[in-house]
Amino acid sequence: MINQTGMINNKPDSALMQWLWRALVACFAAILIQRYFDVLDSYEIAITIFVALGLIALGQNWSGFRLHIIVTGLLSFWAISRYGDDLSLASTDFLLNFILASQSAIMWMSALFVMATFTYFGGLLFRSSFTEKVASVLTWSATTMGLVGLMVRWRESYLISADVGHIPVSNLYEVFILFSIITALLYLFYERRYQTRSLGGFVLLIVSAAVVFQLWYAFGKQAHEIQPLVPALQSYWMKIHVPANFVGYGAFSMAAMMGFAYLLKSWRQKTNQQGLLATALPDLAIIDDLMYKAIALGFAFFTVATVLGALWAAEAWGGYWSWDPKETWALIVWLNYAAWLHMRMTKGWNGEPMAWWAVIGLFVTLFAFLGVNMFLSGLHSYGEL
Amino acid sequence: MSEKSTSSRSNQTFGRRLFLFLGTMDLAITLLLVLAVASVIGTVLQQNQPYTDYMIKFGPFWFELFEQAGLYDVYSSLWFLAILVLLVISTSICVTRNTPRMLQDMLSFRSQIQEKSLRAMQHSKQWTVNNSIENSLDDAETELKKQGFRVRRKEKDNQVIISSMRGGMNRLGYIFTHLAIIVICIGGLFDSNLYLKLAEWQGKIKIETRNLATADVPDISRLAVGKQAFRGSIHIPEGRSSDHVFIAVRDGYLVQKLPFRVEVKDFRIEHYPTGQPKSFESDLVVYDDDLAQPLETTISVNHPLIYKGYAIYQASFSDGGTGLELQVWPLSYQTESAEVDVSIDVFERRKMQWGKSSLQLEITSFRPFNINPDPTEDDPNNLRDFGPSFGYKLRSETGEASEYINYMLPVPRKGREFYLSGVRSSPAEEFGYLYLPIGEEGDLSEFNAFLATLRDSEQVNAVARTMMLETLSTVADGRNEKLEQVLQDTLVMLIKMFTEGGFTVVTQFIETTLPEAEKEALGPAYLGMLRQMLARLYFNSLEGVDTSTVSDEQLLFLQDAVDAIGSFSRYGAPVYLSLSNYNHIQASGLQIAQSPGKSTVYFGCALLIIGVFLLFYVPQRRLWLCFSKKGDTVELILAGMSNRDPREFEQFFETMFQQLKLTIGQRHSK
Ligand code: HEM
Repeated sequence: MINQTGMINNKPDSALMQWLWRALVACFAAILIQRYFDVLDSYEIAITIFVALGLIALGQNWSGFRLHIIVTGLLSFWAISRYGDDLSLASTDFLLNFILASQSAIMWMSALFVMATFTYFGGLLFRSSFTEKVASVLTWSATTMGLVGLMVRWRESYLISADVGHIPVSNLYEVFILFSIITALLYLFYERRYQTRSLGGFVLLIVSAAVVFQLWYAFGKQAHEIQPLVPALQSYWMKIHVPANFVGYGAFSMAAMMGFAYLLKSWRQKTNQQGLLATALPDLAIIDDLMYKAIALGFAFFTVATVLGALWAAEAWGGYWSWDPKETWALIVWLNYAAWLHMRMTKGWNGEPMAWWAVIGLFVTLFAFLGVNMFLSGLHSYGEL
Repeated sequence: MSEKSTSSRSNQTFGRRLFLFLGTMDLAITLLLVLAVASVIGTVLQQNQPYTDYMIKFGPFWFELFEQAGLYDVYSSLWFLAILVLLVISTSICVTRNTPRMLQDMLSFRSQIQEKSLRAMQHSKQWTVNNSIENSLDDAETELKKQGFRVRRKEKDNQVIISSMRGGMNRLGYIFTHLAIIVICIGGLFDSNLYLKLAEWQGKIKIETRNLATADVPDISRLAVGKQAFRGSIHIPEGRSSDHVFIAVRDGYLVQKLPFRVEVKDFRIEHYPTGQPKSFESDLVVYDDDLAQPLETTISVNHPLIYKGYAIYQASFSDGGTGLELQVWPLSYQTESAEVDVSIDVFERRKMQWGKSSLQLEITSFRPFNINPDPTEDDPNNLRDFGPSFGYKLRSETGEASEYINYMLPVPRKGREFYLSGVRSSPAEEFGYLYLPIGEEGDLSEFNAFLATLRDSEQVNAVARTMMLETLSTVADGRNEKLEQVLQDTLVMLIKMFTEGGFTVVTQFIETTLPEAEKEALGPAYLGMLRQMLARLYFNSLEGVDTSTVSDEQLLFLQDAVDAIGSFSRYGAPVYLSLSNYNHIQASGLQIAQSPGKSTVYFGCALLIIGVFLLFYVPQRRLWLCFSKKGDTVELILAGMSNRDPREFEQFFETMFQQLKLTIGQRHSK
């Protein structure tokens, strides 16, 4: 086991493990398709297969992810079978009420993410790799509870009534949870691959911010209540368009936090070479590299998401591009990062200016994600504040 | 002759310079950012709103300026288009210039490379084995192939060089992404309204801004059937059909002809229990001479019909001219005439003569039911069905109009039930509500009977007389005919004033007409007598009801009725309209579009996605293995390079080195 910050950890898992994992996911996907064959349309079957392939690819060399998916599956299944057909159990059944009902699971996720943030920073402060490992475990747990929360919520929406049921990525509240989960998972991926636990606190800072917003949104605005879908959202496109978008948003946010860490470190290196930040954070070159990787990943998924959005718009609004504010802001975000990538790849810029740009990029992204809903009106007004 | 050639040469150099400039990376990056910033404008300023709205918002000066700058429709303005065109040109030049290099890089194994260069590479290892090399070559190649490398072997003199490459597709990624941008923009151009702009400049078409019946729209504002892109919309009432759509352009529209006729047979909305819409569907029939039989189909949101390349979408809905049967309840003296029924359609306008007031009735909306938060309660979660509603305007001869909305299901309030009618004098205001109390019959007849009694001068006179006699008997002994007459007239007048203007007018009357000295005593006395009279008249109006015992309900009803009458003056209308029956006709809002560039754009999108993933996730890696015989021994050089992700490559190179060393060494030790 290589264990040195920045060293690439890409050792494949044993072939047996890999095959077991593939078989497990394939079996599960097959059961799912077989069981719901009557209600799934061909697109949804294709999406299920696609998701299964994605899980296989991600999990075959990543034991943490395998465990995460298995535990999520078991907990969700447990909660769902506990519910049976009775949604009111959410507040009377002990297990559901306190742990596994979607709202409870999401509260656990929130608490765990905030704890993980503090723990990561604690680990950084005391230079304790044990504490940092605890922080990783907390992050994994938070991600798991969050995903359980979404899975159970999915089921709960069907328990309200069959026609209300829908995948929980349909409004601002739900996508905020999705955002937290995806950003954390992206970070965990890079953490394992590049052994960079000292960056955890920075990335989880933005996740915690999302968590705080989502709590305010739930308690202040009752946004957590499951609402039926407006007709425009009743489409299989939503199942792929939204998650793809959030891989983009999550990756861009992560890049911005890397940029932030970069700037902090390079500032401290100039002012206090022996200081904590200057010594405990990974090499600038490594942070820079991670920042680039995150933006590349974000750009790729954002491209896919925007194209999917265009395909969907062609079906729902009568044109693949309408210059609707959300669409236009997606384009702005995309152009911004395209310019960033060119600056870096073709003009060879790196270091501080690019880190600043990545941080500024977060505000552009944030506006596309939140600002448009808050300040502008358009066809996309599904999650108004 | 010679002059010409010089000038053409200088032209050429200028052209060449321009070409180079347009292809620079700096320009490309600048354009990307400029385009991003320009796009912001159209999201901050709401696009394609009615021009009057902009006028109100910005005032005449800025309105004009913004209009000149095309800010109301940024994305089809010339300057925006110019940026896009520049970007396409820049990308095209970039692609043309780079493609040969990229292709070469993709295909060439660079097997001509010199030993010297291999040694000089950043990733380069050397070691020596002391055996012949023949056997090791195959093993080395197998090892490389196992890692996904394609290999070329080149032998010369005492040297063998194995060149290998993996991920050549990366370079294709560059070509794909950049070609995709060009393809998408060209496809988008086909689907833009550029051709409309051109036709407008040439004077071939003219935007119509007047509100005309379709048949009256002049030919210059009509577009014939063709291959061109458009996106138009139309509202078709159930049972009706259309063979054209309207294209909104700036502050006007154009009429686009369709090569077929669409009929909306039926339009349906389904609702969730909470009242939110669940689905919008239209049953369509498409008539076309090319069809053996009309095409019947159902479309809904997210499920358009594609016919002959025209896509027909369910976009919205509206009222299609629902027929309403209205009952007219007179509220004021002027409209004393008994209630009349009116049959009128939604969107119809009709002159009405109600008593002295001559008003134009304009029905503006109808909804068969309204599940809304109760506006009279603070709890927004308290949803309730307010029943059918219809909205209308009453426009006076001077053109001023008040807007009304009447709900047809009774609304309970403090245990009693009322009909609600909202009124406002401008769309900017909130509705204020009139509460009409519902009597025991379950309708307005009791209230109406009370109102009729108040207007019945005989009954009012009789009651006034009784009141007057009772009052005077306590004050004066002996009769004073003059005083009697004055008091009785005053009482009658009070009732009249109250019915027209409520308590405000009555108090005003007391304030202004009574002598200062008597105000103190007489004011309250008048009000007391007015109330008494209202009560008596109310009980008079209860025909066939035993009035000897007074119930609480009756008193409450009286109070509600008096409250309602008291607010007539604020309500403004001389009549209250209720709905006795309706024939619901909806209109389906269809959007019909033709986009000839769509498949081009989709093709571009596919290129883009493939290209981006190739660029990011298929790094191009090269490894060279050079075997040189040096006497008994063989000197080996392993060198490599990658066009991205140097850190990953470093590690990869290290493992490959160990692996190859082992492989080649193994054979050797055998
Ligand atoms: C909307 C317009 C454009 C988009 C979306 C775009 C997109 C991209 C992307 C995603 C990359 C990969 C960056 C990376 O490897 O990290 C790239 C690379 C590149 N782009 Fe563009 N590009 C655009 C316009 C241009 C223009 C106008 C030029 C030329 C002036 C250009 C020249 C290049 C070059 C030379 C590379 C590097 C290729 C390599 O060596 O791998 N691009 N572009």
